[in-house]
Amino acid sequence: MSKRQQQKQQKAGAFDVRNVIAELLGLYGVVLVVVGLVDDSADAMAKTGGVNANLWAGIGLIVVAVAFALWSRLRPTVVPTSTGDDSGPEA
Amino acid sequence: MDDQLRLDASFVDYALVAAYFAVVLLIGVAARRRVSDSLDFFLSGRSLPAWVTGLAFVSANLGAVEIVGMSANGAQYGMATMHYFWIGAVPAMLFLGIVMMPFYYGSKVRSVPEFMRRRFGTGAHLVNAISFAVAQVLIAGINLYLLATIVNALLGWPLWVSLIVAAVVVLSYITLGGLSAAIYNEVLQFFVIVAALLPLTLIGLHRVGGVGGLVDKVTASGGEEQLSSWPATELSGFENPVWSAVGIVFGLGFVLSFGYWTTNFVEVQRAMATNSMSAARSTPVIGAFPKMFIPFIVVIPGLIATVLVPEVIEAKANADADFDYNNAILLLIRDVLPNGLLGVALAGLLAAFMAGMAANISAFNTVFSYDLWQQYVKKDRPDGYYLAVGRWATVGATVAAIGTALIASGYTNLMDYLQTLFGFFNAPLFATFILGMFWKRMTPTAGWAGLVAGTSAAIVVFVLVETGVLDLPGQGGAFVAAGAAFVVDIVVSVVVSRVTTPKPVKELAGLVYSETPREVRTDPDAHRLPWYRSPVPLAGIALAMVIVLNVIFR
Repeated sequence: MSKRQQQKQQKAGAFDVRNVIAELLGLYGVVLVVVGLVDDSADAMAKTGGVNANLWAGIGLIVVAVAFALWSRLRPTVVPTSTGDDSGPEA
Repeated sequence: MDDQLRLDASFVDYALVAAYFAVVLLIGVAARRRVSDSLDFFLSGRSLPAWVTGLAFVSANLGAVEIVGMSANGAQYGMATMHYFWIGAVPAMLFLGIVMMPFYYGSKVRSVPEFMRRRFGTGAHLVNAISFAVAQVLIAGINLYLLATIVNALLGWPLWVSLIVAAVVVLSYITLGGLSAAIYNEVLQFFVIVAALLPLTLIGLHRVGGVGGLVDKVTASGGEEQLSSWPATELSGFENPVWSAVGIVFGLGFVLSFGYWTTNFVEVQRAMATNSMSAARSTPVIGAFPKMFIPFIVVIPGLIATVLVPEVIEAKANADADFDYNNAILLLIRDVLPNGLLGVALAGLLAAFMAGMAANISAFNTVFSYDLWQQYVKKDRPDGYYLAVGRWATVGATVAAIGTALIASGYTNLMDYLQTLFGFFNAPLFATFILGMFWKRMTPTAGWAGLVAGTSAAIVVFVLVETGVLDLPGQGGAFVAAGAAFVVDIVVSVVVSRVTTPKPVKELAGLVYSETPREVRTDPDAHRLPWYRSPVPLAGIALAMVIVLNVIFR
């Protein structure tokens, strides 16, 4: 892993695909949790065999979304503004 | 009654689908701001990290054909379908990363056909570039058609409306953002697909009483052999179990899959978009890890459908030859997912179908612009010119894909045959590439002669099987055809090389193993990478895991 370069750099920010993933999955998660809390009709329960699938899937999605947001926050992608070939510390 | 297949999508489901489309278009717009030259547009400026390209590598292949087709195989053949992933993909992906990627990335070519041109000259290049470009438009059309039929079946939109809406969405994000937008969407799509299929599998398992319940029910319905992956006699069509295993390992595992994964530019392009040699080599290796677990959320739902969905149970019990197993996963979604998750599943499926088409089209526009237009039509124009050509090629390819989709809607069987035929181009390609990369004596003439002879051999075997001269049901015919293509290509290439003149050795630097200096095919910074970012140790782990999976699920 190279030392932080001194030339002009900027963080990828909103363009970082990890943030896009976090936003979309987070949105899906929140919507599913709400649906899970509001709609526990017998019809939905019959389909899932008695599990509140929306609620659990929603919670899972929120956890994944938070993980991506944290990853992106803690290890931001640094994009050299001049054309360089080191895209920064990412696994 | 297939045409009764309708999902009761509610407002929430539509909203989730709409949110996905909005994000996809935003990515296109965001990517556009960064696209400054043609390398950016076609190869993402070679700047993406390996985990992004690795996921895109898998996603590019996780299209309509994969999800619908493999779950259908799961319903029809059971666990033997796992071979398409564990035998038919993972080893070839590792081989691509470890052995072949140094030449693709190190020689700084921009496409697979361009490698062909530098190694073998014009003849082989034209054969490769044209067959690839035509195949991509055709396959994009098939993806588009599948997408539209599913939108039509599920939401009730007319076929032509679905066709055009889907084509416009794909077109707008690729023309705006080029390969970056395509790759970002593929990564996003990967997560949405998992978010849809993982709950589907888990709830499905819960409904049938867990893994134990699934095993009991499948056994009770008389499908015991569907629970073991070897020797897969039903899948290969060979009655003898030994020959079946040999056919799977060599036909599917070696010739077909190596041909597909190592020479298909749709896949290789994703690795070329990375920032270093190590990242390029890691791309398919990282992709191998999700690839080996995808069957659990694709094939298993197919298997669950055989004991849970009434239509599939009935078709199985009556051995109904007319039943369309392609509907298995959709029927399971209908029976198992409540509103809400249904929307995620719809978004995921639509995303997968668009990503498959987008991958075909973004690979097509690169080959068309660099390999056909720049090479044979207008040379030496400024970079911006080829960027414009690339954008117009995208438009043209999308329109052509709508055309092929319409043809596909009328002649389904014809399209199946054509797709099989294009598959035959891959097996000889692999033979030519591997020979050309390691044998400097191989001549340009041998390059195209081998390709033509190998492809012809595959077609001859295919016709013999189709007309019943050779009796090989199941997938056996395709395995034998691919094997014949491989052997004939090698033999013809060697014989022709003996009687024609090879290229001067100094022109082969970067293209042939023995003539490539070590610095060109390795990454100077490789020793500084931790093990989890080094391709070779990662590949070792992947190989070990896939062997363990085969042992557990034999």
